[in-house]
Amino acid sequence: MDAGDDAVIDLDGLDRLIALLVARGYRTIGPVARDGAIVHGEVAGADDLPAGWHDIQAPGRYRIEQAGDPELFGWAVGPASWKSEFFQPTETVWRATMSDGALSLRVPPQPDRPVAIVGARPCELAALEVLDRVLAGGEVPDDRYRARRAGTLIVAVECGKPSSTCFCTSMDTGPDVRAGYDLALTELLVGAHRFYVMVGSEAGAELLEQLHWTAATEDDRRARQDVVDGARAGMGRSLETEGLAALLGRNLEHPRWDEVAERCLSCGNCTLVCPTCFCADVKDVSEVDGTIERRRSWASCFDVDHSYLHGGPIRPTTSSRYRQWLTHKLSTWWDQFDTSGCVGCGRCIAWCPVGIDITEEAAAIRATDGALTQEDVR
Amino acid sequence: MLAEATAGSWAVAPLVPMPYVVVGRREEAADVVTLSLEPTQGAVPVFRHGQFNMVTSFGRGEVAVSMSSAPGAPGAVEHSIRRVGSVTAALCDAPVGSLVGIRGPFGTSWGIDEVEDGADVVVMAGGIGLAPLRGAVRDLVARQGAGRGRVFVLAGARSPDQILFHDDLMAWEQAGAHVGISVDVAAPGWTGLVGVVTALLPGAPFEVPGSLALLCGPEIMMRFGGRALVDRGVDAGRVRVSLERNMQCGIGLCGHCQLGPLLVCRDGPIVRYGGLADALFMERNR
Amino acid sequence: MSEAARNLLSGHAFLAGFPPEAIALVAEQAEPATFRPGVLLFREGSPADVTYFITKGSVSIEVHAPNRGPMVVETLRAGQVVGLSWAAPPFRYQFDARAVDEVEVVCVDTARLRVALAENPVLGFLLLDRLAAVILERLQATRIRLLDIYGKSDAR
Repeated sequence: MDAGDDAVIDLDGLDRLIALLVARGYRTIGPVARDGAIVHGEVAGADDLPAGWHDIQAPGRYRIEQAGDPELFGWAVGPASWKSEFFQPTETVWRATMSDGALSLRVPPQPDRPVAIVGARPCELAALEVLDRVLAGGEVPDDRYRARRAGTLIVAVECGKPSSTCFCTSMDTGPDVRAGYDLALTELLVGAHRFYVMVGSEAGAELLEQLHWTAATEDDRRARQDVVDGARAGMGRSLETEGLAALLGRNLEHPRWDEVAERCLSCGNCTLVCPTCFCADVKDVSEVDGTIERRRSWASCFDVDHSYLHGGPIRPTTSSRYRQWLTHKLSTWWDQFDTSGCVGCGRCIAWCPVGIDITEEAAAIRATDGALTQEDVR
Repeated sequence: MLAEATAGSWAVAPLVPMPYVVVGRREEAADVVTLSLEPTQGAVPVFRHGQFNMVTSFGRGEVAVSMSSAPGAPGAVEHSIRRVGSVTAALCDAPVGSLVGIRGPFGTSWGIDEVEDGADVVVMAGGIGLAPLRGAVRDLVARQGAGRGRVFVLAGARSPDQILFHDDLMAWEQAGAHVGISVDVAAPGWTGLVGVVTALLPGAPFEVPGSLALLCGPEIMMRFGGRALVDRGVDAGRVRVSLERNMQCGIGLCGHCQLGPLLVCRDGPIVRYGGLADALFMERNR
Repeated sequence: MSEAARNLLSGHAFLAGFPPEAIALVAEQAEPATFRPGVLLFREGSPADVTYFITKGSVSIEVHAPNRGPMVVETLRAGQVVGLSWAAPPFRYQFDARAVDEVEVVCVDTARLRVALAENPVLGFLLLDRLAAVILERLQATRIRLLDIYGKSDAR
């Protein structure tokens, strides 16, 4: 078995795979149905996966329903992304004490237990690739992020049931897997309930060898292709990306920014659920006992203080902050990291309390390219 | 595990500061204090004119401050810090012998080594903006003569008591640089010029062809100054400005310093005016 | 030129005492317009291609700074003119001008105006003479404002 090979395993095989990961000491995380959503939790076997659950997503709307069928991955994405495993919501970067003018500084060690992810979507793999560029591809990489990424085993699962908020096809990140996985599964429901497996790495090959697998037939491969094609055809919405970065760059004074600002609550939900948003606060905290900690924690450009400079914030209006978020995600991300910031997962659309749709906003500006707020009666 | 990063290397954890001792301090005008700092281990890393360090006041926080001394100056590195918040206040109060943290050097530089032979350099500084230029001007003035162009320093301040580095300004004039100083508002006894700093330009007879212009100060000053220099004929691509935004990591990871396509800590703070800063300056956030 | 523009300019304080032919000259390059509150009439740095005779409402002259937003440096009202940078190089607006409330103006095309004034030097002198008076008054007022005479130091 090598990277690039394929195979088929059954439900029992998936169960054994998860058990094997746990047995090897991985903190094994997968999708679980909890609190009315598909979130991430520790899994011990296939029974922990959300069988029969399906999601219904729309702008400002997310719900899961139990249909009683055996399908394990019949949903798109939940609010949680795998970003939080590698770029943690809060992290202590160093801890220090000062006594008698002497400084004693320590960097907390990385946790020993490696992580295994079961159920990463192709769009999420694309998002991790984007984050790799941002956090580990610069002159000064985040080594803790890089170490976590290197030590993690990923079992991806292709999408069969995109939701109405998905647009990975527009961003060329799915619904089929591209790269960044050790094993990739496609759930096949026509005929026996089984999983088509693609091997992505030596580690993946080695794991597969421990399971009972059968050779993939042409029928299996066709069935897998049908799933992917079906997902592509059933994509919920689309984003026209042709010339998008330049379009947004020349429409910074477009009246749409003020218009969307009348709806936007500046709550930052979109940045929280987005799998590529990376803004962080770096703050020093003093404890009562004199210990100093430098903590890095998730921040959002929708926070009015995000751009604070002595005197006041650079972006005091919702309009300017929404513009910052959208133009960064779809335009200036290219200048900074030579890739788009958006992978088309649609989370920002579903989890916006007022249902603002990034694809709709971009389309509205495209439709009236060049419109100016100041264009007036002359 | 104790951080093993050596000065200037970030192999272990990029947010770990190196301890430096305050070996000297000088109260400047206008709520500004210049700290002289030496690392507790090793030497000051090599830096380039205009770069900045992230300076930690242990227990308070960290701020971005440009070096105000010239690279390669023996011994300590200098930072001139203006008291504008709790971290800068703590740094301004730091006594000799106390420890601060330093991460850096970061950012782009003034690029004074790109000055062509014989080309003049115009330096326009407003208020604290003279601090990030000080090391560059020192070295440029020292290089004058022997086929090199002249240095023209135009420094503006709000009022006479806010003029920084007065001794340096006089020394540079003594050394043959053209020095123009003006204030927005005079005080009794002030016999110098009163007016906006850009009004000093007509009185600065620099040779336009090949000239380099370096601007640092409030954004409004750099905006008007940049335009005035281009109107005078200076190549917009050879006008450089120093941008300032909220900086927390200094290494392009935290996203706070974004300005259009730039991460100011990584792609700046010094950027060219023509075709970049001139457009970014026009960004309005109402 | 429109009749409306000529009527509005005839009653405008900036042109008070001007002979009818001078007013007609300006009106030749003019059109009335309205601006909604909050809208920018012109932006710093853009070509000074229009000068505005305010007939109703107020216009604020502003400078924007990144962390302080737009700062108003002067407010102009009906009977005044906003946008004077057409009078000298580099012929670019040096500030932003924003409608404070519902603003009615007569817009004058400055490129055509300059040509017309060059062809009519006597009338040109009248206009620039009036302009000089306005600029001088604004400059003198600005200098006094710079002294911050209301500040605490005044208590000495």
